[in-house]
Amino acid sequence: MERIIITVVGKDTVGIIAKVCTYLADANVNILDISQTIVSGYFNMMMVADRSKASVGFDRFQEELDKLGEEIGVEIKCQKEEIFEMMHRI
Amino acid sequence: MINNREVLETNKMIEKDNLDVRTITIGISLLSCMTSDINELNNNIYNKITTISSKLDETALKIEKEYGIPIVNRRIAVTPIGIVGSSACKSVDDFVSIAKTLDKAATKVGADLIGGFSALVSEGMTDSDEMLIKSIPKALTNTNRVCSSINLGSTKDGINMDAVRLMGETLLEVANLSKDRDSVDCMKLVVFCNAPDNNPFMAGAFHGVTGGDAVINVGVSGPGVVRKALESVRGESFEVLCEKIKTTAFKVTRVGQLVAKEASKMLSIPFGIVDLSLAPTPAIGDSVADILCEIGLEYAGAPGTTAALALLNDQVKKGGVMASSYVGGLSGAFIPVSEDQGMINAAEAGAITLEKLEAMTCVCSVGLDMIAIPGSTKATTISGIIADEMALGMINQKTTAVRLIPVIGKDVGDSVEFGGLFGYAPIMPVNKFSCDDFVNRRGRIPAPIHSFKN
Repeated sequence: MERIIITVVGKDTVGIIAKVCTYLADANVNILDISQTIVSGYFNMMMVADRSKASVGFDRFQEELDKLGEEIGVEIKCQKEEIFEMMHRI
Repeated sequence: MINNREVLETNKMIEKDNLDVRTITIGISLLSCMTSDINELNNNIYNKITTISSKLDETALKIEKEYGIPIVNRRIAVTPIGIVGSSACKSVDDFVSIAKTLDKAATKVGADLIGGFSALVSEGMTDSDEMLIKSIPKALTNTNRVCSSINLGSTKDGINMDAVRLMGETLLEVANLSKDRDSVDCMKLVVFCNAPDNNPFMAGAFHGVTGGDAVINVGVSGPGVVRKALESVRGESFEVLCEKIKTTAFKVTRVGQLVAKEASKMLSIPFGIVDLSLAPTPAIGDSVADILCEIGLEYAGAPGTTAALALLNDQVKKGGVMASSYVGGLSGAFIPVSEDQGMINAAEAGAITLEKLEAMTCVCSVGLDMIAIPGSTKATTISGIIADEMALGMINQKTTAVRLIPVIGKDVGDSVEFGGLFGYAPIMPVNKFSCDDFVNRRGRIPAPIHSFKN
């Protein structure tokens, strides 16, 4: 498993999750968990996903998510899960 | 599984509170480069540094991308050149040529700074050490990335006052050679008592002679994160305050540990230590002085500052020590003046003085750091300030350091702009009474009685 955390933050519009999920499916990245909230009109989503069978390298994956974020008008970040595990789990 | 709140907390620390890894520093032993021919020595040094650290920049960039954590500096620390050059260097210019080689090697591999133009002279100076010290002004003027440090004393050896006197003169010479640039080269020179071998921070990093061929040391930062966390415990007891600092320091240090392990794996170089220091930058909020204010002071320097800094330094260590498998370096809180906007504000308001800063260095990780003083300050006065700071380190069995910038042509009331991460500093007044007869005595101050622990 190569677990990553994808966060999406921005103004809420129709189809954010659909577009992100479609890209992940195309890149053969498996979604393990999704949670989402809306705080004062702002969309806030976190996904845990597995990149071990991904069809693109980490750099290109990040670039394409960036581009997708620009198209939808949200900020998409993708980080390896270990940074959160290290900080919040003993 | 990690939840949304935890992810948000980490990313907020990075995006809003300036959490970063301050530096990945590769320590490289140059002992295997030693030879009696200066040209051959320079070639050996260049080849060893550029081979071992060829992937330093690339690795740091990869870690930044994959984990979303900024790594501000990539640095190199080498074996003290006073030792490495002892056989080949016959003149000051030979040492300057090594400084140029270090500069060239650092530039080649994309390292921001390279430390180790150093000599360890706490007990006495070899001819080579003395020549290196005399070459420092020319070496620093002719290079951009080379940093120099001299260990002048230790709890075990006492204080080498001949070297202290020489460093007062040398610092003024460095200031004079860069007077058209506000004496900025002085930023690249620091003197120590009880210098640690594995400090990843500049200007004082060097690779200890007891270390292996190469090692990865990482310096974490995070004063902004600590200050922000303390906003939530205003008015609470010391117990609550201390717990908050500890848990925050733990989280910050864990990131350093992760980066250190990853860098070590990618570069195939053993992991040395994580230095868990709160290292400020001039960015608003990324300030140790602001933490002291958040603890309850109007300005850093107000009565209570030393106590507040003592508790901060201790809790940072207690929180960080469990977060990393190896902790070392300087670890604690840095209190530079020019690199910390809160400290600059305190100096401008007249809240903090050189003497108060000296008291603060008794309870924090290093010493008098990045303090601009009048360019007219006498060499013996600078040596006196250095001797005082060395005595604090020697007696209290801790590391202390002095990095002063005598700004030629400027006086109290002026300020000096260093640029970038180094910030700016108001010129601080120096006690004008003489210590000439004290500094001009020859020899060494003996080691204190409590150094005999055998």
